[in-house]
Amino acid sequence: MSVNYLNEKKGLTSWLFTLDHKRIGILYMITVFTFFLVGGVFALLMRLELFGAGETFIPASVYNQFMTFHGAIMVFMVIIPGIPAFLGNFFLPLQIGAKDVAFPRVNLLSWYCLIVGSIVALCSLFFNGVDTGWTFYTPYSIRTDNGTLWVVLGAFIMGFSSILTGLNFIVTIHTLRAKGMGFFQMPLFVWSLYSTAIIQVLATPVLAITLLLLSAERIMGIGIFDPKLGGDPVLFQHFFWFYSHPAVYIMILPAMGVISELITTFSRKTIFGYKAIAFSSVGIAAVSFFVWGHHMFVSGQSEWVGILFSFLTMLVGVPTAIKVFNWVATMYKGSIKFDTPMLYANGFLFLFVIGGVTGIMLATLAFDVHVHDTYFVVAHFHYVMVGGTLMAITGGLYYWLPKMFGRMYNELWGRISFFLIFVGFNVTFFPQFILGFMGMPRRYHDYVPAYEPLNQLSTFGSWMIGLGFVIVFFVVLHALFKGEKADSNPWGAVTLEWQTDSPPPHENFHKTPVVGKNPYEYS
Amino acid sequence: MLYFLINSAEAAWLPVAATDLAKEVDQLIYFLLEISVLASILVIGGFVYFSIRFRRKSEADRPPAITHHYLLEFLWSFIPFVIFMFVFGWGWLVYDKMRDHPKDALEIHVYGQMWNWDFVYKNGRKSSRVLTVPVDKPVKLIMSSRDVIHSFFIPSFRIKQDVLPGSYTALSFTARKKGKFPVFCAEFCGAGHSSMLATVHVMGLREWEEWLVKDPYKGMSVSQIGESVFQKTCTACHTATQEKRIGPGLAGLFGAKREFKEGGSLVVDENYIRESILNPSARVVKGYGNMMTPFAGLLQEEEMTGLIEYIKSLKVEQKVEQKDK
Repeated sequence: MSVNYLNEKKGLTSWLFTLDHKRIGILYMITVFTFFLVGGVFALLMRLELFGAGETFIPASVYNQFMTFHGAIMVFMVIIPGIPAFLGNFFLPLQIGAKDVAFPRVNLLSWYCLIVGSIVALCSLFFNGVDTGWTFYTPYSIRTDNGTLWVVLGAFIMGFSSILTGLNFIVTIHTLRAKGMGFFQMPLFVWSLYSTAIIQVLATPVLAITLLLLSAERIMGIGIFDPKLGGDPVLFQHFFWFYSHPAVYIMILPAMGVISELITTFSRKTIFGYKAIAFSSVGIAAVSFFVWGHHMFVSGQSEWVGILFSFLTMLVGVPTAIKVFNWVATMYKGSIKFDTPMLYANGFLFLFVIGGVTGIMLATLAFDVHVHDTYFVVAHFHYVMVGGTLMAITGGLYYWLPKMFGRMYNELWGRISFFLIFVGFNVTFFPQFILGFMGMPRRYHDYVPAYEPLNQLSTFGSWMIGLGFVIVFFVVLHALFKGEKADSNPWGAVTLEWQTDSPPPHENFHKTPVVGKNPYEYS
Repeated sequence: MLYFLINSAEAAWLPVAATDLAKEVDQLIYFLLEISVLASILVIGGFVYFSIRFRRKSEADRPPAITHHYLLEFLWSFIPFVIFMFVFGWGWLVYDKMRDHPKDALEIHVYGQMWNWDFVYKNGRKSSRVLTVPVDKPVKLIMSSRDVIHSFFIPSFRIKQDVLPGSYTALSFTARKKGKFPVFCAEFCGAGHSSMLATVHVMGLREWEEWLVKDPYKGMSVSQIGESVFQKTCTACHTATQEKRIGPGLAGLFGAKREFKEGGSLVVDENYIRESILNPSARVVKGYGNMMTPFAGLLQEEEMTGLIEYIKSLKVEQKVEQKDK
C-alpha cells in the first residue's frame, strides 16, 4: 500500500496529537460511535421498561436518569458532532481541494473540548446522576439534588467544541477553496456545512450563557429563574430554545448536505436546482433563529407570541419542502443504482417526509395544544433526528468508507442492516404518533393499560433497530480489516475527494486540483 | 393500581371529544392528516416510482443534465406556502377560541404539586385528584404550582396548559358530556410525573351543587378521614404497605426507629409524623431523596389528626422490628 494518512505515522501519540483533519475526523468517528452505543443502550433499556404498564424492572427515578442520559448523549455527543465534526472534518477540505482546515490546532482543540466535556458530564454518574431530561427545565433543575451541575458544565464545555469547529469551517470555506472554485462551484455538502457553521458560531454562545446562569442559580441563588427568589422559570425556556431550536438545524442541515451528495452520485446526474438547495440551507439557518417559541405554545407565553412563532415556523417549511422536491427531481431520468448508501438516502427521504409533514402539523397552534409533550412529539423528532440525521450519517459512512480506509464493505450485509433499521425504525416510532393522539404524555415511566399494545409494538421495533446497528458495526469492522481494496472512485462520483487516492495521502492531493465547472457535471 | 381514578382512556385513537371545541380541534386534526397523507404519497410515491423507472440499466447510461425548471420550482414553493398559510390561519382561529375565557365562567382554583392535583372551589370545598364540574356550564381553571412546572392536560377536551410556580395560568372549557375524563401531567416534574393523574368528573348541575356542599368526611371515623386523605394525597409516593415507592412505605412506621440522612435517629411518634408532613425536609430518612412538598397550610387539623391515626393503624403482618435496628 502506498503512503497515506493512515500509515504515514504510527503510534497512539501520532493520533492523539495529530493535526491532520482526516485523522481528527477518525477520532471524532470513534468518539461519536462510542457514545452512540452508550446512548442506544439507554434507549433500549427505556423501551424495555415501557414494554408493559406498571414498573417492569426499573423504578421511575432510574428511568428518568436513563431518559436524561439518552437525550443528552444523543444530542450533545452524537447528533451535533456526528456529521460536521466527523464527516465534515474529513471531507470538507477534500471537497474544496484544500490541504487541511484553516486552523488545524484549533481543530484538534475542539476534539479535546468534546472529550473533556463528555467526561465531565459522565462524572455526574458518581453524584446520583441527572434526572431533568436533556432540557434542564427550571425550577426542577434547580431543586433536584443530584449531579445536574456536572452535566450542565459538560454541555458548556462541549459547546466550545461546536463553536470552534464552526469557526474553523467558515474560515476554511472562505479562504482555502481550490483555484477556480467560486461559492457556486462548491459541493452542496460544503454549503450545508457553511450554513451549519453559522448557526454553531451564533447560537452556541447563548446556550453557554444559559447554562452558566443555571449553574449560578443553583450555586449562588441569584434569583433569575427560581420563582422562590422572584425569578421567572419560563425565561429559562426562552433562553434554552433560543439555542436549542437552531441546534435542531445544526443536526439536520449537514444531513441534508450528505443526502444531496448521495442522490446525485447514485443517480449519476447533476443536482436539480443547485442554487435553490444552497440558498434554502442558508434560508433555513436564518429563519431558525426566530422560531424557538414553537416549543412553548402551552408554556404561558402570550397568545400573540404563539401566533407569531407559528407563522415563522410555517415559513421554515417552504425551503425544507423545496429541498425535498429538488432531491426527487434529481432522480427523474437518472441512472439510479441502489448501493447501500443510496438505500439510506431513500430511507432518509421516506422518513424525512413524514418527519416534515408532522412538523407542519405541530406548528399549527390548535393541533399542537393537544399533542404537545405527548408521544406524538417524541415520534416527530425521532423521524427527523434518527430518520433524518442518523440515516444520513450511516449512509455517508458507507459512501465514504472506501475513501477513508481504501476498502469496500460487504454490500449484501449493508443492505440487510439497512432493511432492519428502516423497518425497525417505523415499527418503533410510527405507533408513537398514535399514542400521542391517544394522549400519552412523554417522559412517562408508567402508563395506563390502554397504551400497552402500541408500547409493546414500539419495543419490538427497538430490538430490530438495535440488531440492525450491531450488523452495521460488524460490516464496518469487516470492511476495515478484511474488505476488498477500493479504487480511488468506486461510485463514479465527480466531487474532488474522489480524484485523490483511497485513502488520501497526508496533504490530500498529489497535485493541487483546479476547478472550472459546476460540481456535479456527469459527462 | 395507580390508575384507580382513570377509567376512560380506552379509545384506540383520539379520546372521546367531550367539548364543542374538542370537535373543532378534531376537524383540524383530520384535515391535517388527510393533506399530509396526500403530500406524503405524492412525494414518496414519486421517488419510489423514479427509483423503479430510472434504474441503472448499463454502466454506459448517460442521463440528461437537468439543472432547473423555473415554473416547476415556483409551483412547488408557492403551493406549499399557500397550504402552510391556510393551516396556520385555521390553527390560529381555533387556538384563539381556546384562549377565550368567558366572563360568566365558573372559576375553580387548581394547584399542582409534586405529584398531586388539588382543586379549591369558591365556597371553600376542596378536592384532590378529582375535579368536579357541572355539564354545559363554562368553567375557568385558575392554576398555579406549589413547586416546579406542571402541565394540566385533559385529552378528551383537547386542551393543555402549563402550570407555573409564582404566577397564574388559566384554562377554560364547557363540558358537553357527563362522565369521568382523565387528566395527565404533561410537563416533566420528576419521579412521580407519570403518576400525577386526576379525573375530571362531569355531572349534572343539580348533582354538582349537592356535591359542592356535602361534607366529605361526614360520618367518618378519625382514621377513615385519614385513609381518605391518604388515598387522594399520598399514594403517588407512599404505600400503605412496606413497599417502597418514591418515599418509604408507611406500614409499621409508627413506633419504629428511623435513621436520618444528616445523622441521628429517633423512634417515630405523632410529633415526628406531623413534622414530616408539614416540613418534610427537616429530617429525611436515610436512603431517600429530599423530594416531598411541604404540606404546611394545606391540611386542616382534622385531616392531619386523621392521617396520623391512619398511619398508626397500618400494621405489618409479621413483626419486622429487627430489620430496623
